[in-house]
Amino acid sequence: MKKLLSVSLIGLAVAAASSAQARDYDHVRIGVDVPYVPMEYRTAEGDLTGFDIDLGNAMCEQIGVTCEWIEQEWDGIIPGLLSRNYDAVMSSMTINDERRQQVLFSDPYITMPSAWFAASDLDIDEANEETLEGLTIGVQRGTLQDNYVTDNYSSVADISRYSTADDMVLDMDAQRLDIVFLDFPIGQSTLVENDNGDYTIVGEQITQPKEYFGDGFGIAFRQRDEALAEKFNEALATLKEDGTYDEIFARYFGEE
Amino acid sequence: MPDISAWFNDLLSGNLIFTPTTMGYYWTGLVTTTQLVFLSLVIGLVLAVPLAIMRSSRRKWISLPVYVYTYVFRGTPLLVQLYIIYYGVVFFDGIQQSFLWPIFREAFYPALIAFTLNTAAYTTEIFRGAIKSTPKGEIEAARAYGMSQSLMMRRIIIPSAFRRALPAYGNEVIFMLHASAIASVVTLMDLTGAARYVYSRFYTPFEPFLFVALIYLCLTFAILFFFRFLEKKLLAHLKPQTL
Repeated sequence: MKKLLSVSLIGLAVAAASSAQARDYDHVRIGVDVPYVPMEYRTAEGDLTGFDIDLGNAMCEQIGVTCEWIEQEWDGIIPGLLSRNYDAVMSSMTINDERRQQVLFSDPYITMPSAWFAASDLDIDEANEETLEGLTIGVQRGTLQDNYVTDNYSSVADISRYSTADDMVLDMDAQRLDIVFLDFPIGQSTLVENDNGDYTIVGEQITQPKEYFGDGFGIAFRQRDEALAEKFNEALATLKEDGTYDEIFARYFGEE
Repeated sequence: MPDISAWFNDLLSGNLIFTPTTMGYYWTGLVTTTQLVFLSLVIGLVLAVPLAIMRSSRRKWISLPVYVYTYVFRGTPLLVQLYIIYYGVVFFDGIQQSFLWPIFREAFYPALIAFTLNTAAYTTEIFRGAIKSTPKGEIEAARAYGMSQSLMMRRIIIPSAFRRALPAYGNEVIFMLHASAIASVVTLMDLTGAARYVYSRFYTPFEPFLFVALIYLCLTFAILFFFRFLEKKLLAHLKPQTL
């Protein structure tokens, strides 16, 4: 009896010691900024859906962990990860060097250009220092589009920063904004394909310079969770091979 | 002058968060916050005086509308009022074509309107309380001198009510400064907005928020000092007399 007790005590101690080191996750909490159509949004019934959500759930299933989505506004999404409110961020986050200093990224799972959108009657073909002069530009606070616009055009144009993409679209409809700069598919679905107003893309889709527009979207983890990131990378590779990825892609962006 | 800016650049070199650029944001934020709070307080004060007189009227049809106004604006959160004025106003058809649009297009004026109406409601109630608590003796003395109602209001009630309202009004000014921190939800780059921007760009909550908290503290101190000075001057007659 005594022996049994001491063995189980040692077992407990070992278990406690190993859990103090890098955790082995069986439940992963993922932070997400909603809505960002079609990457992550709620249906009319209130269900969370979108490309990130479907792909994330598929990855979790592949790895064999349960996943929980936690909503967090964009401007606090990295601090929330670092302060352990959740274990990962899968929310259309572009991989770039500035963010690499704070978090660990998975392999990119999709690449997404940015683009300018404006009302059709705004008479410019291309966004540059001359055409943007005196206009009011809308961006989502803390996004790479915000950084790009702030660094390049803050001397010639007014910049309005929003917490959510929704508020920005609302002010676009209200005609408070002349032009907005956001991820191409989000602008396409919330502005161009929406029938509230008459909007169009201005100029080409933008992917350069790399310094701002990075290497595609990745899942962000805390720096020390390398094992977890590795598992997600493996799962992504498997899903790409077995066709699940293409199926989810087609669901939101059509066949390519 | 170049000496000072070189010294300043030197001081800020070697860190990412307190750069000349972010200092520029904080400065813009300070200017916006000060303008917003100062203007809303001045306009609110000007509105509140006649409203407080109406509110203390014995005629229901004069006092009731003011009561409804103060009740609504004191009974709902300032944030909700700001949202309604900023986002709600665009649902009126044709507002974009009307002469009001240059005002409502900017984020500054809707915020100014919301803050002004809010502080005017609180100030009205503060003044009304002070008017109500005018000592009976002063009123009877004024009557005995044969003063008309309006002369009595102007010479006796309002000046003494002002003095009695001063400490409570000082609090309202400080509350207003702190309440102005919500202006950044409608894209205004006020002090809090600047902190939120730096926070989201560099992913560090502590430095920017601590820094603006210090600035708010300094502003609060300045306000406290000003009201301390005013009270000393205007309420000197209430001090215990020493020989």
